[in-house]
Amino acid sequence: MKPVLDARDVSVRYHLRGRRVLQAVDGVSLSVMPGEALALVGESGCGKSTLGRCLVRLQRPSSGAIAIDGIDIARMSERALRPYRRRMQMVFQDSQAALNPRRTVAASLAAPLLAQGVSRAEAAARVAKLLELVGLPEEAGSRFPHAFSGGQRQRINIARALALDPALVVADEPVAALDVSVQAQIINLFSDLRARLGLAMLFISHDLAVVRQLSDRMAVMYLGSVVEEGPTEALLRMPRHPYTAALMAAVPTRDGAAPAVLAGDVPSPLDPPSGCRFHTRCPFVRERCRSERPALVADVDGRTTACHFPIQS
Amino acid sequence: MAEPILQVRDLCVRLSGRLILDHVSFDVLRGRTLGVVGESGSGKSVTASALMGLVPIASGSVKFGSREVAGLSERAWRALRGRQIAMVFQDPMSAFLPVRSVGAQIDEQIRAHERLSRTDARARTVQLLQRMEVPDAAQMARRYPHQLSGGLRQRAMIAMALSCRPDLLIADEPTTALDVTVQAQILALLREVSQRDAGVMLITHDMGVVAQSCADVVVMYAGVIVERGSVETILQAPLHPYTQALMAATPEIDGPRPARLATIPGQPPSPASRPQGCVFQPRCGYAHEACGRRPPLRSHAGRDVACVLYEGAA
Amino acid sequence: MRSVALRLGQGACVLVGISMLVFAVFFATPGADPTARIAGRGASPQILARIRHDYGFDRALPVQYIRMMDKLFVARDLTSFVDHGERVVPEVFAAAPVTLSLVGGAAIIWVGLSVLIGVVCALWPNGIVDRVLMGLSVLLLSIPVFWLGEVVNLVTQSRYHDTMLFSWVPPLGYVPFLQSPSGWFRSLLLPWLVLSSSFAGLYARVLRAELMAASGEDYMRTARAKGLSPLRIMLNHGLRMSWLGFVSLFGLDVAQLIGGGALLTEVVFALPGVGHLTYRALTDLDLPLIMATVLYSAAFVVIANALVDLVYLALDPRLRTGTRHG
Repeated sequence: MKPVLDARDVSVRYHLRGRRVLQAVDGVSLSVMPGEALALVGESGCGKSTLGRCLVRLQRPSSGAIAIDGIDIARMSERALRPYRRRMQMVFQDSQAALNPRRTVAASLAAPLLAQGVSRAEAAARVAKLLELVGLPEEAGSRFPHAFSGGQRQRINIARALALDPALVVADEPVAALDVSVQAQIINLFSDLRARLGLAMLFISHDLAVVRQLSDRMAVMYLGSVVEEGPTEALLRMPRHPYTAALMAAVPTRDGAAPAVLAGDVPSPLDPPSGCRFHTRCPFVRERCRSERPALVADVDGRTTACHFPIQS
Repeated sequence: MAEPILQVRDLCVRLSGRLILDHVSFDVLRGRTLGVVGESGSGKSVTASALMGLVPIASGSVKFGSREVAGLSERAWRALRGRQIAMVFQDPMSAFLPVRSVGAQIDEQIRAHERLSRTDARARTVQLLQRMEVPDAAQMARRYPHQLSGGLRQRAMIAMALSCRPDLLIADEPTTALDVTVQAQILALLREVSQRDAGVMLITHDMGVVAQSCADVVVMYAGVIVERGSVETILQAPLHPYTQALMAATPEIDGPRPARLATIPGQPPSPASRPQGCVFQPRCGYAHEACGRRPPLRSHAGRDVACVLYEGAA
Repeated sequence: MRSVALRLGQGACVLVGISMLVFAVFFATPGADPTARIAGRGASPQILARIRHDYGFDRALPVQYIRMMDKLFVARDLTSFVDHGERVVPEVFAAAPVTLSLVGGAAIIWVGLSVLIGVVCALWPNGIVDRVLMGLSVLLLSIPVFWLGEVVNLVTQSRYHDTMLFSWVPPLGYVPFLQSPSGWFRSLLLPWLVLSSSFAGLYARVLRAELMAASGEDYMRTARAKGLSPLRIMLNHGLRMSWLGFVSLFGLDVAQLIGGGALLTEVVFALPGVGHLTYRALTDLDLPLIMATVLYSAAFVVIANALVDLVYLALDPRLRTGTRHG
């Protein structure tokens, strides 16, 4: 089977004043198979959102290759890209901002279909089906976005993303702005859609519990690069990179045990640490970590880790 | 039994004609952190504003120590705010004025309540920042909010809140805007504050945060308290159907992973369309005729719960 | 440092561009040929030709332009085409203090007044005081300066001049500060009030709107939670942020006025300022004087823009670069 998305060595650099360079994404490679859900996890500023925007080409990467269905779109011009746009769609955190407030929901959903040359009658039928798919009543189509709650608006956004039968949906913190009870509804909706449509999905999230519920595999990012990648359950059961472990330990759990507190802040990406990027905060740091940057090494069990001294099980 | 710092009885708040808080009662005890849990629209932030005197109290009693503060004049509230009751907000970036240094903003609060010279106020500011484990405190006090990291900003916010040694600290979603590793740091700090400095009322939507940081918890839904008690009791065996549903709907990073999360159907009611009877009845799996009447909070199995399922069984 | 140099370069380009434009428009205007004007009525063709040659009007326009710029900036002996031999540079420099006095005083009055009105209105929004003051500011904003000035003159100079109230008002005209500080003040007090009136109205409304917008911000809620008094909150927090919009407006308005925009006030009160001078230059179609006043005015706008940027940097630390953390 060929991957739907195959990204190789994607980097994003911003050139700032005074010849300073901000490396937001640093040589990330990842792939998503048909029907698979991959999660990009990390704290703010780790580059996960920038990477996500590159993967759907809302932003052009500075270097690297991004193949959708085997075709490299990384350096394509806007014009050449147009036929491939429908293959990858994005769902954002802010459900309000992503919808045109002056258009009815049905009009918003039909617009991309009509642009593709679908007839009006066919588009209307498709809109009705999309609404049904995301669990909204048919009459929702005739209303405007402000008439809906945050959870319902996120459903509309998901319907909009699905309108053109994409191969890949990238969702950037799709449930972060929602209340717990509504969040659960949307998480379940994503699971159902994957089961029904066999969608390939990429979730970007800071919330490990949400990621666990949503994804098959996860990639943990720190300061622009992936430090660990593998099956979600395996990573969460037995993290090998100290950063993954620290991230998990920091999540407050209901048993009330005080978490191990990771000291300090994420260093500035303008001035990243030498060697392993995590060495300034790592509880297991050794001399080698300060000077030599560890490469991502694949293990036999399908996991990769970028650490000189991974945590042994 | 620890002494109560704050006793709230039958607090009602009405905003533009609508009842937002409906007979809310709870205590904050010295040395114990109270968690106030609820989703948006539950009234948890309005409760905080009412306790700060920032929204008018329609009826009920709020006793601060032995002093009744409901119905105080604006001038009297002002002397209380920041000095005896202080508040920490969700987003420390927008909560600080961006054009003045963090230190200047802390000094300002100290000097608003105490006759201190500029140098003395600054000395206290630096000391507070040090206590909040801000590195290079004197230097950091001269920085502007945008020059600090999210974690340091929130530490500075807590330092400001504690600057006049308040008896009660209200923290409204203090870690929601922060990364998890930083959240853990701030929660650890708040635990220390509750033991050493002031009673803490922690408003959050996250049961995990409550489990970590609070001794007591109040669960709010649509402006009403539905369950109230110690954190251990309630998290181990939630009784109110809303508390149960809320906990079942929260994904966790350990334990068995459900194929689907339990959900609560529908949306929380707006203050305009709040049900006459039990507020949770329209979304409740156990609803029956008796729910047409609003159940009072009653003591049951070691906590207080407002649900007909447990009436008569006490 | 680089940005300072860049700014200077930009400013110079703007000035050169404006001067070329003025020059070109002047020679494209029908009947603007200065020769006849200089020669006077009924001059013989020989005299005309001699004048044309003496003043260089027979040369190519670019050469004339260069010569004029040289005379204006380097030699500083550019003379008027109308008043024989009158040098324009000293003329502009003589008019400048009058305008500076007028605009400076008015600016102080309108800033003070508008801050007072804006803050009072924002402290008690939608109350009776707010409504009255906002109504008053619309009134101030909409009264034309020349009408207000004439009415003030009518009242203070003729009708009631001899009453107790207005006997202190000196006759129209300007008294230099060095000659008599009190005379200077008395001669300018009414022009100040008249000129500042519409600006005070406008600025008060702008400031109130900014303060009202700020009152919903998180940092204002923090200020209330700190237990500060409403006035303190308004001044230390609200005004601190609202200054930003105010400053850019102020910089451009003042520059524009100093550059000659106070013309109407100057004419009504017979103040020999730059506006007056510009007005005279335009009615006489006197190119050297037009050029001098226009460039003087443009220079002020350029300088004011740069100053506004500097003040912005001082007021808003977020704009200072190089300190941002990831």
